[in-house]
Amino acid sequence: MEEKKNKSIKSLNELKSGEKGTIISFNDNGNSELKRHLLGMGFVKGSEITFEKVAPLGDPIKLRLKGYSICLRKEEAKNIKVQLIN
Amino acid sequence: MSDIKIGLAGNPNVGKTSLFNQLTGLHQHVGNWPGKTVEKAEGFLNYNKHKINIVDLPGNYALSAHSIEEIVSRDFIVDESSDVIINVIDANNLERNLYLTIQMMELGTNLIIALNMNKFAKKREYYINIKELSKLLGVPVIEIEATDDTGKKELLETVENLAKNPVNSSKKLVYGKELEEHLQDLQRVIEEDKNLLNVPSSWTAIKLLENDDIIIEKVNNSTSCGKIFKELEILKKHLNDVFGESIEEIIANYRYAFIDGLIKETVNKPEIEKVTITEKIDNIVTNRILGLPVFIAIMWAIFQITFIVGFPLQNLIDQLFGVLGEYVLIIFGESWFSSLIVDGIIGGVGGVLTFLPIIFLMFLMISILEDSGYLARAAFVMDKIMHKLVGLHGKAFIPMILGFGCSVPGIMATRTMEHERDRILTMLIIPFMSCSARLPVYALFVAGFFSIYQGEVILSLYLLGIVVAIIIAFLFKKVLFKGMTSPFVMELPSYKLPSVKGVLMHTWEKGYGFIKRAGTIILAASVIIWILSSLPVGVEYGSQMSITGQIGTFISPIFAPLGFGNWQSSISLIFGLVAKEIVVATFCTLFGVAEVGTGMTTLLHGLFTPLSAYSFMVFVLLYVPCFAAIATVKQETSSWKWPLMIIAITTFTAYVVSFIIYQGGLLLGFT
Repeated sequence: MEEKKNKSIKSLNELKSGEKGTIISFNDNGNSELKRHLLGMGFVKGSEITFEKVAPLGDPIKLRLKGYSICLRKEEAKNIKVQLIN
Repeated sequence: MSDIKIGLAGNPNVGKTSLFNQLTGLHQHVGNWPGKTVEKAEGFLNYNKHKINIVDLPGNYALSAHSIEEIVSRDFIVDESSDVIINVIDANNLERNLYLTIQMMELGTNLIIALNMNKFAKKREYYINIKELSKLLGVPVIEIEATDDTGKKELLETVENLAKNPVNSSKKLVYGKELEEHLQDLQRVIEEDKNLLNVPSSWTAIKLLENDDIIIEKVNNSTSCGKIFKELEILKKHLNDVFGESIEEIIANYRYAFIDGLIKETVNKPEIEKVTITEKIDNIVTNRILGLPVFIAIMWAIFQITFIVGFPLQNLIDQLFGVLGEYVLIIFGESWFSSLIVDGIIGGVGGVLTFLPIIFLMFLMISILEDSGYLARAAFVMDKIMHKLVGLHGKAFIPMILGFGCSVPGIMATRTMEHERDRILTMLIIPFMSCSARLPVYALFVAGFFSIYQGEVILSLYLLGIVVAIIIAFLFKKVLFKGMTSPFVMELPSYKLPSVKGVLMHTWEKGYGFIKRAGTIILAASVIIWILSSLPVGVEYGSQMSITGQIGTFISPIFAPLGFGNWQSSISLIFGLVAKEIVVATFCTLFGVAEVGTGMTTLLHGLFTPLSAYSFMVFVLLYVPCFAAIATVKQETSSWKWPLMIIAITTFTAYVVSFIIYQGGLLLGFT
């Protein structure tokens, strides 16, 4: 059971196009300014987030949350963990 | 009759600037790029015997000390004696928009919410209970459409009312007991110092918890700073123990929790969102396979349209100036006065004004891209390249594209970048983007020396500029800004059909800026050249015996290794510092021809070979940008360090690259 649950937890950058999840943790990894900015943009715990697509050259990624679209680089998204929603 | 002062606040891309234009009728730029409104634009309108002064604040997502824009907005709300703040909100994006609202409420701001883009929201079947929202926030909420007059009257009535009877908007804000009870302990010690009470003590307390540098500094100067920081430490530790996460996160969670509550009570959205036009367009424009080709196609189209439509128009104006010059000679006869008019003024200004169509067209295209929302997609598509090659943010790409129009708006547009290092690095390389003022120079030389390959030669110069910029940026990253990386967080706004009025206003502003430069600086420079070329008295106009000729002759040997050691080139380059297009005007004046044409070409062939002409164009591309660009860098960085650095780097780079091209070309057997 525990293992099954862990499988559905991914870093935001590992999601595939169209996958959806709920933010469960956000590690600032030393960059508290970035985190503060993203918190303001709606990257708070419990927020639903959809991984829309990857840019043509493989980075950054386009996400949708709280009714709008935003892009982030993969390296910035990897500190955000999401619980997948089916 | 009394004055009312209001500020317009809101997220980027919510139509704040459109509302500002609608209210004041004042000409101001309307963009569609996250964070575009960076300058403080002021205007006023007369309403009901009041003069209402309006300040358009920068577009912000929050009121932290995160960026200059946020600090500017915050300071305006806190320090300046504004009567009312209008918070413009996009009805399609209520949740995130309210995050800023909440922060203004924390400040107790006398607030009105102007709910914008309701038509679009209704199309998407978003229903917002305005009355309930207003009741829950304790702040008036008014439906408007910033692009027309919808809601304008009600908005102004409310402004008048609220200016008379201010409301403390912090009253309805609820953050849950756990936080509020503890905040009160901290508030109590803050309230002991009256100097800290120009803002609500609860706000100061929250900002202290958020580690806000500016507020910490302010409290440091307080008489009770010891007590405050002691209480703050206790509170921080307590909150950490209770929640187990960072304080900033706790506060953001509380804010969004409050917003969630509001949304649940007031907004009715369809379960499954309708597919919007924006998504359909984005499916193509940011597509994995199509994204880059679309981007290249758009850039290609811009340049094609600019030249295909621009060149015939240019010839037309060219001929008009020719006719004008002849008329002057007929009316005034051959005299020093007609010489001044024809050689100095018509030759100088005319030679430049012929390029206005191209400049207007270029800005027209860029405005359409900007206002439609495509430029943000361009940043999304290009970020990887910018990041890998230049180590810059995708956002830096937009100022650099603007730099192809003119370095000045490009340099100013770097303000949207959050990190100063990024801004400076971008400013350093923008001058290498071939601006439209260099075009007259290229056009003159390619017509004379590369008639078959005009397009290819000009394109090669643009590309060379980009390559040099990448190399310079790479070197700077290695030397000056070691290990810098900046995050790429950017909203992709909904596409909008650019309004004809907005685009034309934007284009006119930019084009007018060029006319002003052409009209004043270039005119002045042309007259100065005429005088220097006519003195000492009795000398043949523009001959080597004139003062101009003497200066040129003196410095010209420096340029001999680059292939253009003639005095005319040296003088043109000196005057090109004022503005690059003056290089052409100078040649016109020195040759005594009213406009660029076959006569000019013959004279140029006396001075240049194709290889030295190319070397000269490269030098013009890379050497010191115009005074206007230098002055803008000085203004943006508030120091002479960076503008001087740019002067040094560009001169050095131009000399080295032209040297390599000319000498290398000779070695390869070109002439």
